Amino acid sequence: MTERVATTLGLHPLPDWAKDELSDLKGHQKGDLVDGDEEPEVRAAYERVREELIEDQRAAGLDRLVEGQGRWDDFLAHPLAVHESVETGGIVRYYDNNNFYRDPRVVDDLAASGDVPAELDAATGLLNDDESLQTVLPGPYTLAELATDEHYGDEAEFLAAIAAFLAGEVEALPAHETLFLLDPSLVTDPPEDDENERVSDAVDTVANATDADVVLQSYWGAHEEKTYAHLMDADVDALGFDFVAGDRDAHLYNVTEFGTKDDISLGLVDGQNTAVESADTVAERIDWVQEQIPSQTFDTVYATPNTELAYLPVSTYREKLSVLAEAAEIAPETEVSA
Amino acid sequence: MARDAANREQFRPDDHAHDHFLLTSVVGSYPKPTWLNRADDLVEDPDSSFDEDDLDEAHDDACRLITEEHERAGLDTVVDGEMRRNEMVEFFAERIDGYEFNGPVKVWGHNYFDKPSVVEAVSYDEPWLVDEFEFTDDVADRPVKVPITGPYTLANWAFDEQYGDSEALAYDLAELVNEEIEKLVAAGARYIQIDEPALATTPDDHAIVGGCLERIADGVPENVRIGLHVCYGDYSRIYPELNEFPVDEVDLELCNGDYEQIETFADGEFAPDLALGVVDAHTAEVESVEEIEENIRQGLKVVPPEKLTISPDCGLKLLPREAAYQKTANLVTAARNVEADLDAGEIDVPVRDAATADD
Repeated sequence: MTERVATTLGLHPLPDWAKDELSDLKGHQKGDLVDGDEEPEVRAAYERVREELIEDQRAAGLDRLVEGQGRWDDFLAHPLAVHESVETGGIVRYYDNNNFYRDPRVVDDLAASGDVPAELDAATGLLNDDESLQTVLPGPYTLAELATDEHYGDEAEFLAAIAAFLAGEVEALPAHETLFLLDPSLVTDPPEDDENERVSDAVDTVANATDADVVLQSYWGAHEEKTYAHLMDADVDALGFDFVAGDRDAHLYNVTEFGTKDDISLGLVDGQNTAVESADTVAERIDWVQEQIPSQTFDTVYATPNTELAYLPVSTYREKLSVLAEAAEIAPETEVSA
Repeated sequence: MARDAANREQFRPDDHAHDHFLLTSVVGSYPKPTWLNRADDLVEDPDSSFDEDDLDEAHDDACRLITEEHERAGLDTVVDGEMRRNEMVEFFAERIDGYEFNGPVKVWGHNYFDKPSVVEAVSYDEPWLVDEFEFTDDVADRPVKVPITGPYTLANWAFDEQYGDSEALAYDLAELVNEEIEKLVAAGARYIQIDEPALATTPDDHAIVGGCLERIADGVPENVRIGLHVCYGDYSRIYPELNEFPVDEVDLELCNGDYEQIETFADGEFAPDLALGVVDAHTAEVESVEEIEENIRQGLKVVPPEKLTISPDCGLKLLPREAAYQKTANLVTAARNVEADLDAGEIDVPVRDAATADD
């Protein structure tokens, strides 16, 4: 029987008190964002943020809990933005959104930094014995696309270095049930020709660094055929699809043509709109997708928002967490009628 | 296509010292005085006797202060620093029927805004900016520029729960902006700037922005200068298409990226006037006059001096106020120095030379 797992893609919105407190403590300019060496007051504020973001998920009843990434000022570019081999440049637009991050310019060899593992260690300390941790990281292709290479000088070498860096971070993580690699650039700016194979290898480098289930999720569109075909070679347990902003026919075409993994992740709740879906609607969408792929019975279906959640006001974000948890609890139609 | 931008001469001060005239301006927002932020907090405090009338008075004082600060910096056209506005989308969404608010969301770092949700068809109620314009115009000796958040941005930087089609929402909003401009022009406004930062987020929608601008400019007299401000994007995706926009001037953030994108526009075909960002709005370090002069010369790769306006990259509201003032004052000094050098024939104008070479 298919297990339905309600979870998120991380990067949750800061609680409103933390928005005020941290902007007072840190400031509003480029140079005021996190650099991995925050002052004690700032660290303390982030610890309270972490507790609250975990409590939000616990209260909603999600099946996997993420750390929430309140510190990730630079969205998915964060792991590089705080790295000692990186200089942050001007602020640049984060995809086609009204959001910005500092351009991470890689100027030296990238070794594991321990920044993300430290966050996850702290999160682990906040979990109860029966709760499962989920880690969220950028996929190697996306992280390379968000960064500027001023050191390696070769696209393939840079991608491999980013993958090795992420693998080093993953190796240092505490025990986790799932690892989500977020890779929106795979659809917004797809790899070309031979790069597709290198991307698949880079994903393997990161995925092989953990025993956890690995989900590679893209959003804001559907994969090009060639990219998808190569991703099917990657050593991950599930591919994730954006069924809100992505073209569902294109997703289903890829799945029909090339198959998909034994597990699947479905972005079904709009991470960028305050209109709150009903749990019934989300449950129906899960059923619908499964019905469209009759050739396969999935071991696990992850029900997620289609994007990170930092785009939403706190009130809406909390409602959407509850919707996801509730939707995953609603039994599939076929089983109800049986 | 671009409108006739000959309307820039009306902004040349009577006592302008040079033959050349690089129109100096600002994008709009400016740091609020600390006491105004305190006043905003006080009016929310139930234990305080400070009420809405007191806040209105504080806003008047702040507008007077910043308008005069702009004049002291030497700007040819001034703004009140948007002292009455909390945020560029929120301010208008509060005045347009059809929006509601659910709480702040992140833009970048610790900069947030109360991103509204459109929950029913948008409609026009009371004028948005006429009182604000009349007050500032009364205070100012120099001409006043009126920044208005554009319909495309008002549509796209809101959560759309109603239309399900941001183009239809943007066009509805464009009609409302047109109605507002008509009232502003009747009140004497001669320089309107439409702020469309959202165009940079979804540059493939340039045709929708063009459609919005057609609706906005409809019936606006030629002597009214219409500018468009765009910032923080990959401009190659909106150029040369922006040459078709019915505006007099396009204002671009280029300093932040160290003019890496200037070549995009340097094809000798740039149709509207260029308002060039010459100081960075997001670093408190004040550019020297010499540095800004170099930046201004970058603009001459795109347009000749008679089509060049000098401006900061974006609104300056996030800077410390002293830095904002010094950047503005240096910007004016640099513009005047470049004018003098142009008068003396000491500066090459690459775009003009390039055009000649092609002839």
